[in-house]
Amino acid sequence: MSVDEARKKKKNKMRKRYILRSAVLALLIGLTVYALYSNHNKDKEIYQPGDEAPDFELTQINDQNEMEKVRMSELQGKGVMLNFWATYCEPCEKEIPYMQSLYPDYKDDIEIVAVSLDTGKLVVDDFIDKYDLTFPIPHDKQSEVRGLYNVKPIPSTFFIDEDGIIVDKVEGALTLDKLEDYFKEIQPE
Amino acid sequence: MSVDHIKCECGHVNPEGTVLCEACGKPVAKNQDIDGNNKKKLLNMRYEGSARRSQTYNRSIVDKTWNFFSSVRNGVILILIALVASGVGTIFPQAMYIPEEAPNRDPAFYYEDAFGILGKIYYQLGFHELYSSWWYMILIALIGVSLVICSLDRFVPLHRALKMQKPKRHYTFLSRQRLFGETENVSDEDRQQVIKKLKKSRYKITEDNGYVLAEKNRFSRWGPYVNHIGLIIILLAAILRMTPLLFMDEYVWVREGEEKVIPGTDNEYFIENKKFTVDFHDENDERFKEAIENQGDVESNFQTDVVISKVKEGSVVGQSDSMETVTEDSIWMNHPLKFDGITLYQSGYQENEFSDMTFKIYETDDEDQESLGEVTIDLDTPEDTYKTDSGFEVEVTKYYPEYELKNGEPRSISQYPRDPAFVFEVLGPDQEEAEMSFVGIGKNIDATGDNKYKLGIQDFNVRYVSGITVRKDYTLPFFIIGAAIFLFGVIQGMYWQHRRVWIHPEGDNLVLAAHTNKNWFGLKKDIDKAIEGTSIKMPIDQEEAEEKKAMEEDEEA
Repeated sequence: MSVDEARKKKKNKMRKRYILRSAVLALLIGLTVYALYSNHNKDKEIYQPGDEAPDFELTQINDQNEMEKVRMSELQGKGVMLNFWATYCEPCEKEIPYMQSLYPDYKDDIEIVAVSLDTGKLVVDDFIDKYDLTFPIPHDKQSEVRGLYNVKPIPSTFFIDEDGIIVDKVEGALTLDKLEDYFKEIQPE
Repeated sequence: MSVDHIKCECGHVNPEGTVLCEACGKPVAKNQDIDGNNKKKLLNMRYEGSARRSQTYNRSIVDKTWNFFSSVRNGVILILIALVASGVGTIFPQAMYIPEEAPNRDPAFYYEDAFGILGKIYYQLGFHELYSSWWYMILIALIGVSLVICSLDRFVPLHRALKMQKPKRHYTFLSRQRLFGETENVSDEDRQQVIKKLKKSRYKITEDNGYVLAEKNRFSRWGPYVNHIGLIIILLAAILRMTPLLFMDEYVWVREGEEKVIPGTDNEYFIENKKFTVDFHDENDERFKEAIENQGDVESNFQTDVVISKVKEGSVVGQSDSMETVTEDSIWMNHPLKFDGITLYQSGYQENEFSDMTFKIYETDDEDQESLGEVTIDLDTPEDTYKTDSGFEVEVTKYYPEYELKNGEPRSISQYPRDPAFVFEVLGPDQEEAEMSFVGIGKNIDATGDNKYKLGIQDFNVRYVSGITVRKDYTLPFFIIGAAIFLFGVIQGMYWQHRRVWIHPEGDNLVLAAHTNKNWFGLKKDIDKAIEGTSIKMPIDQEEAEEKKAMEEDEEA
C-alpha cells in the first residue's frame, strides 16, 4: 500500500466516523430539545394569538340583549371581545363596568361576548341588573368553552378580529384605557 | 503504513489507542499507561485492552463533544450532580405536593410561610418545581447521551477484539494473566485430555498450530450493554410521556348531580356524578379502634356512580344535548373505570357543600316558631320566587353561595354553596308589602326591625364533591419492555462469566493461562477438574501470590 493510498483510506474512514458521530449527536440533541420543548408547552394554552378562535355555541342569558344563542363563527365581520368571568370574581366585577361603558359606542363594530362561568342563573341575573349590562352573556354551565379555550384564571379575555383570528390574549382585569386600546386594535377598518 | 495505526509483531494492525494487540494480546508499549499496566505485573483486561475513545480524533467540535461523553468519569460526575440535585428537590415538598390544608397554597407565599427564609430562597431558586425545570431535564438528558455514547464507544471495539482474538497469544500476554503456570515435559495424551475435559465442561475449543484457546460464556460480556439498552428505552419512554397523545394526567372535581367536561379530552367526554358514597370503618371494631382514636374516622370505601358521555362527532362545543352515553359504572378505590384508553380513578372527596336548604316561615313574636309554610331552595340553581301552599311568596333577591363580608359589603367568594346566605323578600298572604330579611347559617337579620315574619333554616342536605384522577398512559408498555431488557442484561452479566483458558507449547514446556471477568473460584474449579490425573500443574494465582508475598514482607519488617 502506498502512503498516498493509506492516507486516502484513513481520510475516508475519518469522514465516515465524523458523519456517524454527527448523526448520533444530532439525534440525541433532537430528542433532548423535543423533551424540553414539550415540557415547556405542557401548561400553555392551546390557542395563541394568530390562531383561529375555535367555534362554540352557548345559550345567551342576558334579557337586555336580543340574542338567544351566541355562536362564535356567526360573529365574523365584527371584532369580538371574548371575556370569561364569574360573579364571585372580584377583578371581573371591576372590569365589567368598563366593558359596559364602551359597549354602546363600539357595538356596531365590536361584539362583547362575556361568557359566564357561574352555575346558577340567579346570581348572574342579579349582577346584570346591578351593572345594567346589555351585551350578550352566554352561560357556560359545564365549563365546556372554558375548557376549549383552556382558560385557567379569570378574568381572561381574547380579542378576536373580524376574520375570527385571535389577536391578543389577556389574563387578569383590564383598565378602561387599555380596554379601549384593544378595542381599537380589533375594530374592523 | 499510516502512522495512526500500530502494527504488532504478530502482523495484526491495531487502531490507535490499542493497549493489548487485538489478535495476540501483546502489550502495545507506548499505550501501557492508559490502563495502568506499566505499574503492575498483571494486565488490566478491561475491554480486552481495545482502543476506546481515540484521543487522536480530537479535531472538530463533534469529536470533542463525542470524547467528552465517551468518558465514564464524566458520566459518573453527571450522575453524581443529578444525585445531589434530586436530593435538593426533597428538602421541601414540591409545588404539586403543597398540602391541601395549607393556609395559602400559592407557592409564592407557601414556602416562606412554612419554612421561613430558607423556604423563600428555595422558591426563588425554582426548586419547588425542580424535577420539571429545564436544567434538571438537561442534566438527565446529558446522562442519557453519556450512556449511549459510552456504550457505543466500548461495545464496538470490545466486540471487535473478542471476534478477532487468535488462539495463539503472545507470551507476555499469557505470563501477565492472573492465572498462569508452566509445566515441563507434558505428554500429548495429557494435553489432549485437558482439552477433552474442557470441552466436556462446555468450553469452545479453537486451535491454531497446537496453540489452544478454550472459551466459555462470551455472551455474558454483553450484559452491561443490554442493560444500557434497557435504560435508554426507559429514558425514551419518559420522553414519550410528554406527548399528550400518549400520556395525560388530569384531576377533576365533580359535584353530585353535576355533569362536567373531562379535562384533557378536548371537550369530547363528559362525566356526570350520579351519586357519591362514603363508608367508614366501625369504631367499635377492635381492628380499627386504635387507628380511629388516633386520626378520627377512617374510610372503608368511597365511591362515585358515574355516567360517561361522548359528544357526537361534528357537533359544536357548548351544544351538549347531542351526546351519547359511553358507559355507566361505579368507581371506587382500586377499581378504576376504563373507557376508550382513558382511566378514571377515585382519588378524593370534599363534603363541605350544601345541595339544598329548607326554610320555614314563622311569626317573629312566636316563641315556639311554629311553621307557617316551607320553601326548599336548590343551592345550585335557585329560583327567583317560591310560593308556599299557605300563600306566602318568597322572593330571592340576593344569593351568596359562599358568603363573606368584605369592606362592609356582602359578596360571595366562590360559586360553591359552602356557606350560603340570602336576602329574601317575604310577602305573607295577609300583607301588601314584602318584608326584607337576611338569612344565612347562624345569621338572621331583619332589615327594618319590625318584620312580621321570619325565615329560619329548617333542614338541609349536603352533597359530596368527588375528586377523580383522569389518566391516559400508552407509555407503560415501553417502561415494562425497558425494565425487562434492563433486568435481562443484569442477569446475563451476573450469572454467567466469560472464562478463557489458553494452552500453549513454549519450547518443551506447556503454558496454561486463564482469565475470567468474575468468579475466579469457578474458573479454578474448571481447570482443576480438567487437569486432574495429568502431569499438568495447576496454574498459580499471581494476584494471591503477590498479596501473600507483600504480607510476609510486612511481617518481616
